[in-house]
Amino acid sequence: MNANQLGFYTLLKKEVMRFWAVLGQTVMAPVVTALLYLLVFAQAMSGRAEVYEGVTYTQFLLPGLVMMTVLQNAFANSSSSLAQSKIMGSLVFLLMAPLGHWEFFFAHVVAGLIRAALVATAMLVVAIPFVDLPIAQPLALIAMFLLAGGSLAVLGIIAGIVSSKFDHLAAFSNFIITPLSFLSGVFYSVHSLPAVWFKASHLNPFFYMIDGFRYGFFGRSDVSIWQSLAWTSGFFIAISAVALWMLMTGYKLRK
Amino acid sequence: MNTSPTAALSINGVRKAYGAVKALNGLSFDIRQGEFFGLLGPNGAGKSTLISIIAGLIRADEGSVAVLGHDTVRDWRTARRQLGVVPQELVFDPFFNVVDMLRIQAGYYGAGKEVWPWIDEMLERLDLSAKRTAMMRSLSGGMKRRVLIAQALVHKPPVVILDEPTAGVDVDLRRTLWAFMRDLHQKGTTVVLTTHYLEEAQEMCERIAIIDKGVVRVIETTEALLNRHPFRFLTLKLVDGAELPASLRELVTSEKAGAVELKLEREKHPIASVFAALRSAGIGIADVSTRDPDLEDIFIELTGKALSSPQGAAK
Ligand SMILES: Nc1ncnc2c1ncn2[C@@H]1O[C@H](COP(=O)(O)OP(=O)(O)O)[C@@H](O)[C@H]1O
Ligand SMILES: [Mg+2]
Repeated sequence: MNANQLGFYTLLKKEVMRFWAVLGQTVMAPVVTALLYLLVFAQAMSGRAEVYEGVTYTQFLLPGLVMMTVLQNAFANSSSSLAQSKIMGSLVFLLMAPLGHWEFFFAHVVAGLIRAALVATAMLVVAIPFVDLPIAQPLALIAMFLLAGGSLAVLGIIAGIVSSKFDHLAAFSNFIITPLSFLSGVFYSVHSLPAVWFKASHLNPFFYMIDGFRYGFFGRSDVSIWQSLAWTSGFFIAISAVALWMLMTGYKLRK
Repeated sequence: MNTSPTAALSINGVRKAYGAVKALNGLSFDIRQGEFFGLLGPNGAGKSTLISIIAGLIRADEGSVAVLGHDTVRDWRTARRQLGVVPQELVFDPFFNVVDMLRIQAGYYGAGKEVWPWIDEMLERLDLSAKRTAMMRSLSGGMKRRVLIAQALVHKPPVVILDEPTAGVDVDLRRTLWAFMRDLHQKGTTVVLTTHYLEEAQEMCERIAIIDKGVVRVIETTEALLNRHPFRFLTLKLVDGAELPASLRELVTSEKAGAVELKLEREKHPIASVFAALRSAGIGIADVSTRDPDLEDIFIELTGKALSSPQGAAK
């Protein structure tokens, strides 16, 4: 390993250690919350018609909840780490170090993905005994997980850079991440929506993340998997460009 | 022609403004390899701003800085590897314990297990061994300060900058830090120190720059700085607490417990002339002592001048 690689690896390890030290908060709590959703909605909606033929409501719901939890945790990991070290001042240790924008970027994205993968795995392990879930398209599943989780980790980097108070971060989370993930078709198929909301959903990148992820399990989805992959990749590339530009120029980090 | 070795730090025309405040107003100087260099100046002089620019935490509006010949912007990776900076603020990452924090910091610089013995040695030298696995947030201010110092040194940088490392620390720790810095310097490290304790600078630094309002007022060896000011202080106790004659009154700098201190320009006020004035006024001398100016006096002299508006100069 050369010096730059070791720098990257160390930062990644630090980011993982950071959430690992408080697994109860960073992994267990979101898993429990999501499973409670599953329990409550599955009970309440148990009489509902199948969304896709042969797919019960509970089966339909589970992948969406997993993806929603992935999105929220990938975002939370990078955003809270960055905002925290910025506000505490300890970000100077990173800013003074010979770490480039690519190392900084990938370390935060990969750490967010690791946390998201843990959360997703834990949810599935707990839920699978109760909910029969096929895996029709494993490659699509993995691709959607990486692109969607990666996108939210990148959004977290941007939010962390832009926020100068914890309030800003909370606003980002409450007014952007949570609404977009709730309005993305986690709890329903967008085909059941009124026309306006149906159209609006197709402008929400989170909709494609959820729909594409669900395709990985059932091989069926509201829009084509290629459309979901294209939207999610496009979104990932666009916000990555923004985040990398911020890191390269030192936007809001190096005054 | 140019055979002098590369400067440890080369600061060229650096300017930085915060709105209307010109924090740095065109600074240029070199710090030589192996020097123990003092960067002095009153609060708000621009010391921390300069250090942040050297460290790459802040961008200069104009000018450039090179660390051992490596430009901190164009060749930032190499420049940063050569540099260790102890920030003025007591910043820390609350999630880690002391030794993990230090190992992580080393890793950022591409240093792995090979520096772990060095980390242990620093913990020992800085009296932190007992706190090795203590969480950063549980440490006292003085301990956090020591970890900050170790953190700046994990990658064994040839150039080290310490921004007021002894501010607000107790006497014992200050001694520990002095010994530590001396040792570092003796092993060949270039050390740049900012401090509020002028006796500390006088004691430790080979060369000193005094900056004020973002400009260098003076940069000289400590010895030359102490010698270049042709004045000294004369303390007198007069018999029966007599008053000084009017001609000497204007020389008084302080007066306490029946002793007056006069500031004498070597050329203008030879000591003999003071004695002559007292004798002709019929005043007896009970006790007398003289003192050469220390850095404190010179600092006041220089930054006093720096503050000089016409009214200021009259004082
Ligand atoms: N982030 C900032 N925003 C606005 N003004 C600043 C900032 N940082 C420093 N300054 C101003 O720049 C000047 C130099 O400050 P500083 O470098 O901290 O001085 P020193 O370290 O010598 O005490 C001061 O007038 C200070 O108020
Ligand atoms: Mg300062």
